[in-house]
Amino acid sequence: MINVALPKGRLGEKVYATFERAGYECPAIKEVNRKLVFENAEKGVRYFWVKPSDVSIYVERGAADIGVCGKDILAEYSPDVYELLDLKTGVCRMAVAAKKDFYDDRASTLKVATKFVNIAKNYYAGKGREIDVIHLNGSIELAPILGLSDVIVDIVETGTTLKENDLDVVETIMPISARLIANKASFKFKTAEIEKLTEKVGALID
Amino acid sequence: MSQTILKKEEKVAFALRALYRKYGYLPYNMSKFEPYDLYSSNKDFLVGDGVITFNDAFGKLLALKPDVTLSIIKNAGGENCKVYYHENVYRISGATKEFKELMQVGLERIGEKGVYALYETAYLAAASLNEISTDFVLDISHLGILSATLEALGEDAAFQKRIMQKIAEKNVHETLALCQSRNVDEEKTNALLSLVKTYGDMQTVLKKLAPLCESGKAKEAYEELKAVCALLEKTEYANKIRIDFSVVNDMKYYNGLVFKGFVGGVCEGVLSGGQYDRLMARMGRKTGAIGFAVYLDLLENLQENKREYDIDLLVLYDDDTGPALLAATVEKAIGEGKSVSAQKEKGNLRFFETLDLTGRKEI
Repeated sequence: MINVALPKGRLGEKVYATFERAGYECPAIKEVNRKLVFENAEKGVRYFWVKPSDVSIYVERGAADIGVCGKDILAEYSPDVYELLDLKTGVCRMAVAAKKDFYDDRASTLKVATKFVNIAKNYYAGKGREIDVIHLNGSIELAPILGLSDVIVDIVETGTTLKENDLDVVETIMPISARLIANKASFKFKTAEIEKLTEKVGALID
Repeated sequence: MSQTILKKEEKVAFALRALYRKYGYLPYNMSKFEPYDLYSSNKDFLVGDGVITFNDAFGKLLALKPDVTLSIIKNAGGENCKVYYHENVYRISGATKEFKELMQVGLERIGEKGVYALYETAYLAAASLNEISTDFVLDISHLGILSATLEALGEDAAFQKRIMQKIAEKNVHETLALCQSRNVDEEKTNALLSLVKTYGDMQTVLKKLAPLCESGKAKEAYEELKAVCALLEKTEYANKIRIDFSVVNDMKYYNGLVFKGFVGGVCEGVLSGGQYDRLMARMGRKTGAIGFAVYLDLLENLQENKREYDIDLLVLYDDDTGPALLAATVEKAIGEGKSVSAQKEKGNLRFFETLDLTGRKEI
């Protein structure tokens, strides 16, 4: 039995559809109810829905053998897991954005507002730039508009929200997409099962 | 009926000490603290950040030891020594980011190099895991093969480090992307990718590996790994030992054979170690060394540690119960090997069985 942690929401549903096509269906999952765990004993798979940012925790701690998780979460928290596949869905990028007239004169500490504190710190440390990180939990775009920060580090999908708020992408930090991750210990004891699933799901990704 | 008093980790600790003793390792006791300098100059060798420091009576900065290996190298005299230890270390634990006291048992073999020393240490690592649970996997890897493949790329150290991280994640897609970003030629890229993808039982992997290690340092490392595996193949643990290159210890300290052990039911590696000749060189020692540690605190998570009840027998009594009867009942149960608690009220503890003596004067 492989335990799979899926991220609640659109991305998770899309990924489940791929798993279903790969032969790991679990019809109970489509029933409308409040259940959180769904099992198909015949296919040897058990799914559960968790908050997207929690998937890596479930997998790292072994409550789930494998899971589907955004690269943003992996880069931010660096969980000790295997990253087996790029599922090439939920594609977006981690970027630095600022007001259209922003100019970095490098004379003062750069104020950076973000949900992704570690990604921002690592990125600017790599460039040798001193920053003041402001950790926000939402509406990051507001920060440069109100002068709370000079720039923001956030996920950009289409760029519509930025545009509507007169912000522009200044630099791209890294491409983001959903990844299939596995607990290291689980991988040792369920090698064949996890390999088979990875191979079948991998074959469906172009 | 009666529950064993020793916890799983304590039983394992005793069994491991007996095992190491049999192979000629001697116990090594060390002081609880070391000068802080020892750790600050070898910071990357430590598993986690953070050392608890304090001043001694003369103002010298000391640290509660976060690691045992460094102390042993520093203090163990002579060129050759084989020691085992059972010690507490103090470090920040991964998940909680708080300092924790962790119990470790392990061994260090300083001096002799060569295939036999490597084999015996790897065998003892497997035997150690077997003491914890027969459901175990020991991953072994050879950093010599890895570093030869990385050096062949001809890229800088920072790039090699990023590739190492991807190998540790078994991350094929990002290893490929990184190589493509530097225009690494296809043959070298493929060699690297096969290392990421190659893992499994010793014979299969060695066969696949042969064409990748045909010359220079890679061949040397391959031959050493092959010789060690040939010996391991003959042991009772052969089918539980795998070659897996995702075991990547820091190459500043480690070289050669490295390993990591897992047991069913524990979500992370419980054993870790390898050959650390480079650390020895950094600390001014000329000989090689190899060792490993078993993280006993992780065994707390094993299901067999979970108990269904706290005490075997609850003897309920009240003011009317005859004290002589009560004393005799308790003594009798203890004589049968049970744990017993005589109480007036049941309380919150869990008991396997209950004997009600309320209102009874005599037998």
